[in-house]
Amino acid sequence: MTPILFLEQGLNGIQFGLMLFLLAAGLTLVFGIMDMINLAHGSLYMVGAYLMASFVQATGSFWIALPLALAATALVGAALEVTLLRTLYERDHLTQVLATFAIILIANEAVRLIWGTQSIMLNAPAGLTGPVELPGGMRYASYRLAIIGVGTAVAVLLYFLVTKTKVGMLVRAGASNREMATAMGVNIRLLFTIVFAVGAALCALAGAMLGPILAVQVGMGENILILAFVVIVIGGIGSIRGAFVGALLVGLVDTMGRALLPVAFAKMFPPQVASNLGPSLSSILIYVLMAAVLFFRPQGLFPARG
Amino acid sequence: MRSAIRRIALLAAALFAFNVQAANELKIGYLSTLSGPAGAIGVEVRDGFNLALKMAGGKLGGLKTEIVFADDTLNPETGKQLAERLLKRDRVNLMTGVIFSNVMLAAWPTIQEGKVFYIAPNSTPTSITGQGCNPHFVSAAWPNEGHHEAAGHYAKSRGYPNVYLIAPNYPAGKDSTTGFKRGYGGTISAEVYTKLNQLDYSAELAQIRAAKPAALYAFLPGGMGINFIKQFVAAGLSSEVPLVVPGFADDQDIIRAVGEPMLGIFDTSHWAYDLDNDANRKFVAAFEKEYKRIPSLFAEQGYTTALLIDNAVRAVKGKIEDEKAFHQALMSAPARFQSPRGNWKFAHNGTPVQDYYVRVIAKDNQGRLVNKKIGTVVSGLSDFWAKDCKMK
Repeated sequence: MTPILFLEQGLNGIQFGLMLFLLAAGLTLVFGIMDMINLAHGSLYMVGAYLMASFVQATGSFWIALPLALAATALVGAALEVTLLRTLYERDHLTQVLATFAIILIANEAVRLIWGTQSIMLNAPAGLTGPVELPGGMRYASYRLAIIGVGTAVAVLLYFLVTKTKVGMLVRAGASNREMATAMGVNIRLLFTIVFAVGAALCALAGAMLGPILAVQVGMGENILILAFVVIVIGGIGSIRGAFVGALLVGLVDTMGRALLPVAFAKMFPPQVASNLGPSLSSILIYVLMAAVLFFRPQGLFPARG
Repeated sequence: MRSAIRRIALLAAALFAFNVQAANELKIGYLSTLSGPAGAIGVEVRDGFNLALKMAGGKLGGLKTEIVFADDTLNPETGKQLAERLLKRDRVNLMTGVIFSNVMLAAWPTIQEGKVFYIAPNSTPTSITGQGCNPHFVSAAWPNEGHHEAAGHYAKSRGYPNVYLIAPNYPAGKDSTTGFKRGYGGTISAEVYTKLNQLDYSAELAQIRAAKPAALYAFLPGGMGINFIKQFVAAGLSSEVPLVVPGFADDQDIIRAVGEPMLGIFDTSHWAYDLDNDANRKFVAAFEKEYKRIPSLFAEQGYTTALLIDNAVRAVKGKIEDEKAFHQALMSAPARFQSPRGNWKFAHNGTPVQDYYVRVIAKDNQGRLVNKKIGTVVSGLSDFWAKDCKMK
């Protein structure tokens, strides 16, 4: 384990963590403020990525397509909230899970009908396809560095939005005590729609930024949704700060585990066994982390409700 | 009561008669991976197959031909169920199409129970060609280790002191490293297996950078290869470590997605776009006309599979239910038709014995990125595991 390898894996972990944060931020607000379990959050991530692919094809530019995809997905999210999810707030969690699971299935089939079954390969924008030289002589993919930049910027922006603005204050009020906020005359309906649209736009941002690294395909939302839920459980439901810390923890633990465990196992077992054990154990690591957090702090690291 | 039994018996007899008659038409069960990141391979093979079918006037071997397509979505369990459906519900009398070895191994017992011939257009796993060989399995592609063994020979000829291996963790992935090591015979810097259909290779690329191998051999088919090569180039490793891949990991399906960064990658293949023979020129021209793109070796495999079926069915005059005669017709078919890959024949275990070439990604005279043939690595390479096949 050289320092360079350690550093590179650290960057990889932060990059993955920041993308998880984009997903978890929306999810944690919806869960925390509206007390709504939204399994279809991953579908918005998928729809965002597909819209991005379409806009890139139509405009030919990554940076023009990005705001378009964000806006379009926010609209889709708002429409979904107004037409369907709004009726679910008063229902119990089981109904919400069933209804939003149905949305996943509908969204997957809809995407198949519109974009076809084959996955779409997005390319990184021109100028970000190669590596950059970092101080210390380390080379790192410039696009991954751009992801880290965008992710950090959004995290800072969200922090200001939530702690320094009026809307943010309402969001915090809603997350810590919904009934009281309503009683104080907060227009909770409008607030919910706005929060949902912002959450959808964050999903689209994650989908669009990860598109060139992964692949845009049907079902891409389901796997990452599970991780996003782990993140908000670790961070504390309804807390943006918790989502941020939780996402970075999960990203780093997953990436470091993937890199370190096979190296450690390779010294003990033959390569085929080691490469079987490494990835499976590193994916367990995340859940071990979650279990440990839940054991010591059942409310998560930064609970929103006092 | 008696009349009821008689009626059932009559019905059964009628069904049986219908079944035998059905052999006058060719009903091919085509089980393939047509969706998801790996779906591009299935589409290439299918397009090659369909092209040959179209050129034969929609009739393979002179029989009315119906193809029943089924998409396994790279899920072995789904593949097994679909194979069962094709055999029992659709009552196909020939099968082909499987792309991935994990699907092949899961579906193979079912296909065997169905007692139909299976003509492999791609996956040819060693466990079906070695000890478990069977006359019902005939491959028009290459034994799973073929390209890798050839790539090993190539790495040896280049004199790389050590090679780093990376492959997905599934049967063909292990076949690939075994094949490469047999051809290469040198020091293996490390042997890494990734999850099948993994899309982010950042952790593996960081390890490769730290290991500083003399060369990297990557077997990552379909979308995995697209992502790996893109990320390999983006991480700046392409200027540090020479990359060698099997021919199916950097062909047109991947070149279309990645583009210029792939210039200069070496691979080994049983076929090349610019291979100098009439059948190949005809194939490439027809494919480009039909699909407006350059064929990949997968398309050639689908095309040759259809030609092989066409020729063998014709040789037995459509009586494919005569298993012995049909098997013989299949095994002797390569001598009777021209394949774009040139001359080849079958080993006794039903796998091709053929030449492998080394190709490099370069621009053709129209400025398009193609895999140019630069030489022959091995001639008449046959499946190593044929030695374990007791079949005659």
